[in-house]
Formats: sequence, structure tokens, C-alpha cells
Amino acid sequence: MQLERANLLQIYYLMRLTRVVEDRTRTLFLQGRVVGGVYTGQGHEATTVGAAILLRDGDFIVPQHRDLGMHLTRGGSPRAVMCQWLARGNAPTLGRDGTLHIGDMHHGIVPSISMLGESLPLACGIALTMKMRKHDTIVMAPCGDGATNTGPFHEALNFASVQKLPIVFIIENNGYAYSTPTYKQFAIENLSNRAKAYGMPGESIDGNDVLQVLESVGRAIEHVRSGNGPTLVECKTFRVRGHSEADKADYVPPELREEWLKKDPIKRFEAYLTQENILTEAIQGEIEAKVKSIVEDAVRFAEQSPAPDGATVADYVFAPDGPIAIIGEPGADDPRYVNALDRRTGKPYNTVAEEPSTVSQFTPEEVGKR
Amino acid sequence: MTAVTYLEAIGQAIREEMRRDEAVFLLGEDVGTYGGAFKVSAGLMEEFGSERVIDTPMAEAAIIGSAVGAAIMGMRPIAEMQFIDFITCGFDQIVNMASKFYWRSGIPAPMVIRGPSGGGVKGGPFHSASPEAWFFHVPGIKVVVPSTTYDAKGLLKAAIRDNNPVLYLEHKLLYRLPELREELPEEDYTVPLGKAITRRAGEDMTILTYGAMVHQCLKAAQTLEQEDDLDVEVVDLRSLMPLDREAILESVKRTNKVLIVHEDTLTGGIGAELAAMLAEDLFEYLDGPITRVAAPDAPFPYAPPLEEAYLPNAEKILAAARKLAAY
Repeated sequence: MQLERANLLQIYYLMRLTRVVEDRTRTLFLQGRVVGGVYTGQGHEATTVGAAILLRDGDFIVPQHRDLGMHLTRGGSPRAVMCQWLARGNAPTLGRDGTLHIGDMHHGIVPSISMLGESLPLACGIALTMKMRKHDTIVMAPCGDGATNTGPFHEALNFASVQKLPIVFIIENNGYAYSTPTYKQFAIENLSNRAKAYGMPGESIDGNDVLQVLESVGRAIEHVRSGNGPTLVECKTFRVRGHSEADKADYVPPELREEWLKKDPIKRFEAYLTQENILTEAIQGEIEAKVKSIVEDAVRFAEQSPAPDGATVADYVFAPDGPIAIIGEPGADDPRYVNALDRRTGKPYNTVAEEPSTVSQFTPEEVGKR
Repeated sequence: MTAVTYLEAIGQAIREEMRRDEAVFLLGEDVGTYGGAFKVSAGLMEEFGSERVIDTPMAEAAIIGSAVGAAIMGMRPIAEMQFIDFITCGFDQIVNMASKFYWRSGIPAPMVIRGPSGGGVKGGPFHSASPEAWFFHVPGIKVVVPSTTYDAKGLLKAAIRDNNPVLYLEHKLLYRLPELREELPEEDYTVPLGKAITRRAGEDMTILTYGAMVHQCLKAAQTLEQEDDLDVEVVDLRSLMPLDREAILESVKRTNKVLIVHEDTLTGGIGAELAAMLAEDLFEYLDGPITRVAAPDAPFPYAPPLEEAYLPNAEKILAAARKLAAY
């Protein structure tokens, strides 16, 4: 079972890494070192890490702006993330775009845009390609509660269901679309009802309980992998910070925030792991040290990276001519293909860390079994 | 070899490209079993199956967005808009998603969005659009507009093989026009994007135009020759983005007078950009005002007398050309 394969300490580590990268990004923002807005997914870690850890090589994520946990879980590079925030010339977007709008098709990460919901039709196209080309891979397409109100969300769910596309839709319902609470957004209790309308299985779960996420999303993935078409899982969570760091979120009732802070996904998981004797003080110390060193390295790397050259701003509006590889098929990284390398730099797409970040050295035998 | 229509040439281009390259596929409303609202894709599903000729729900954001998703995977989707007017329902996928993809991520999005555009068929405000100016304005999208049967096939093949999002605007009035029937080469050919063509050479004035208006301009040019002894050059732009600046400047430098004709409305149209470009680059060469003939700044109408009043035609072009020639 997928759940048994998931390494619980690795999940905990990735949740912590996600939290600390974001904490550090917020500090950089307050210091005026991030040029644009900062959007975090604090409180979403159980959902983003728990869902993405269940994927395999060749699978795709189509992450949104609060899905740092998915990026990092799928091998996204903290250095690349920091270069994005600090608008460096060697960021994956070359400083042309900010936030988490980064990706690498060869590693199954699709860059998103700010129009939330618009990535879901894209997810359909990726899954359609997998279906047409008979790949045995799947797509994980998350979105927020806000995006579920857009036309493209409904068009994508419907099309995916009609075409039986291999997509797991994840709704991260964090209670607010900017300042707008869910009761002003939709008149239903559970967004998984949307699934029913399109003829796919749907489930609403506690998105702050990583074990529940692993179980439910694991089940959803199994359904999709078996060729039964898409599924939807609504993970109910809470946006602990404002929409962006410029937003004080004083429209959120303090008692509501308090209540959710008690359900912090990392603290809850920590309690479980401690109780099960999986997480010891020594291991926790090592994890924290590793997280700290990765984040420090990423910030240092980004700060030492060059700013983009203004003279390049109108370069690379169009892709050059030449053969295009179909991603996920043998030889797709052959440099003769236009999309094998980032032609703007002549180098591999640099969103993914060269060495995937793991804590395997801390993992006692059998610890992942449950 | 038999002469084919403009519409059949489009179908041939899709069929031949789908045979040549397995990455090419077609998706859109009613394109499969029904063969498309205008029958452009008739017979394609029978040959390639319903996985490569996909009947979609009525959902343009899903159609175009899926095309973008497939394109970044390395496929070469052709997304059909049943009428090009409906492209607005998928606007964001073009102007925010597809157009910026390569520039910001280095990931190419090789795809074609195509559909019947233009008026003259009593289509009214929602089935007659000439949407080129909206997309011409957006960096990262190529825009092509074939006016002949040969170009309809060659430009579509080039668009499918291009590694960028290409908007291919076919004109529905030309689909089955008997005078556009043409025998096409047996062998594979393309018409490169970014190359204009001189449809009629002349020395007294240049008319810059594209699409169905090419034929109205040629008619007017003939009359000007017969009745006014004027030798008018007609340049068919074919590709609006990239624009063949070299060909445009070369012609106008020689004739010193320029008339710009398009079916789309006047303000902020392609003609506005052409006029600005000519004013900037050829100020010292011009012997008369840069003149435009275009539809008035009003929505496209339905009733025949309104449509006639609305659309540019040979007569209106003639009047404008005579006024310009008098300078």
C-alpha cells in the first residue's frame, strides 16, 4: 500500500522544511529584500506534503501559489525558490516572474500563473497527453477554495471526467479567498459535492491531519491509477497568514484563528510521531539542523546570485525552431530537442535540486509502516 | 489533380500533418463525429480515431487550456474554435497562459488555435468577429490570416510545425468560394510565417491588407488601373505577427503612398500599428496621408443593409484610394 511506503519521518522533515523556508521568506520580506508580494501556505503542510509524497517518478503536479510543500516534496530546489523571491537573474524565470510560478516538465512540475483555476485545464492537457501516449503516470492538480468558483475549474472537472483523465484534484479549502470567507463564496458545506456533479468520487477530509491526507489521497490515487478517471479530495485547512504578507487579515475572527492554530498540522504530526516513538529528540534535533542549513544555503545562494540584466527583457518572447520531445518518453532529454534544455540559458531547467533532499539517514528500519 | 476549396485545403493540412507527426491532434466542439460545424475536419475521426480527433464539451477554457497543457508536454494540438468569436471564452488561456509560457519558463508551447473568422455571411454580432487586433497586441502569440487556398494549407502547416502558440484565422466567407478553388502541389509545402506576398505589383500606391479584404483590394486595384490609369500594388500581409516589416517598408518606399485596408474595426486595429510604423520609419518618403479603410467603431451588425454599410468593400476602397491618389 502506498501509505506503508510513505516514510513518515521524511514527511515530517518536508513539512518542517516547507514551514521554515516560508518563515525565512517572510523575514526577508519584512527586511525589504523580497521585491514583490509574499504568499505562504502556512497551515497547508499536511495537505501539500502528504498528497505529493504519494506520487511516483513521471507523475505531475500542477501546483499553485501556496503549494511550496508540493514543490519541495517533488524535489523542487530551495535555492531556486529563494532566487525567485529575490528576483535573481538565475531564478528559473530569469527574474521575469515571481512567487512559486516555476516548474520543470522533465521533473513533473508545471509552472502556474496568478489567475487561479486556470491551471486546471492545463492539468487536463497533461493528463490527456498521458492518456493518448499510454503513459502510466498521473497528474495531481491542487487549487484553493477560491478557484473552485471559477469557470475553468468546472470546465476542467467536467472535461477530465468525460475523458476519464488520470487526475487527482485536491482542493485546499483554507477558509478564505483573500478576505472573502467560504460562506460568501459558495452555498454548500463540502466542496467534494462538486465531484458528484461531474460524476467522479469526492471526499472531504481534515487537511491538517497528514495521516488522513495520506490515507484519502492514497485511495484517490489508486482509483486514478487503475484507469477509472479523475477523483477529488477536499482538504479542509486554514490559511494562518494573510492572503499575502501585506494583508493583516484582521477580518479573520481571532477565536477562529486560535482554534485552527491548535490544529497546526506540524504540531499534530509531531505529537503522533513522538507518541509512536518514531520521532526522538535526537532525530528532531538533526532534522532541525538540516532544515536550517538548507534554508541558510538557499538564502546565501540567492543573495550571491546576479540580478537580471535589463537589456534582456524582450529576449526569448518566442521559442526557437527545432524538434520537440514528448515529455516522459525515452530520450526526451536528448539535447537535440528544443524542450530538452532551457534554451534561454542553454542549461537544464533549474527548478529541481540536483540532489533530492531526504532524511533517509535518520530513518530507522520499518519506520514508515503503519 | 483536382482543384480544392480554401476549406478543403485547411482539412488537407490537418490530415497531412496528423499523418506526418503523431504529436499533432485536433480538439474542439463537434470536430469528430460531425466533422466540424463547417466540415473542415470531415473524415478525420474516421482516419485517426476519437483519441486524436477529440469532440469536447462546449468549454473553450478547457479546450484551449488542455491544448496548452498538451503543448508543454511536447504535443502539437490544434484547438478549433467553432466560431472564432467564442475565443473570448478562453481568452485567459491565450493571453496569460500560452503567450507568456516560454518567456517566463523556457518551456515551449507549440500549438495552434484556429477557427472561422470574419463577416459577410449574415452572422451578426457573435458569429462575424475579426479578433486579430486583440492577440496582435499580446507578445508571445503569432497571428496568421490566409487569403488564398494555397496559403490556407501552407500557412496552417507552418503554424502546426512552429514551436509557439499560433492563432490561425481562416475566413469563413472564403471557405467555399468557387473563384478560390485551386490545384495545390502534390508535394509537401509550407508558407513561412512572417512573410508577406505581393499579390499585384504597382508603382503609384501600396495597399496593405490581409484576409478576405485582399480580394476586395485586388478588385479595386483593377478598376483603378482601368478607370484612373493608376498602378496600384497590393501587399497581402498573410502573417500579422511576426510582421514582414521589410516587405512593407520596401513597397511603400517605392510607391510613396499607402492605403491600409482591414475588415476589423478602425480604432486600435492592425492598421493603427502599421500607420504608426510607417510614420516613424518612412516619414520622408510619404507623398500623402497614411490612409485607412476599416469597419466603423461599432459592433458587427446582422441585417443585410447594416452589414453592407459596415464592411469595407471594393467601392469604399476605391473612394479612399482616389482621394489618396489626388495628393
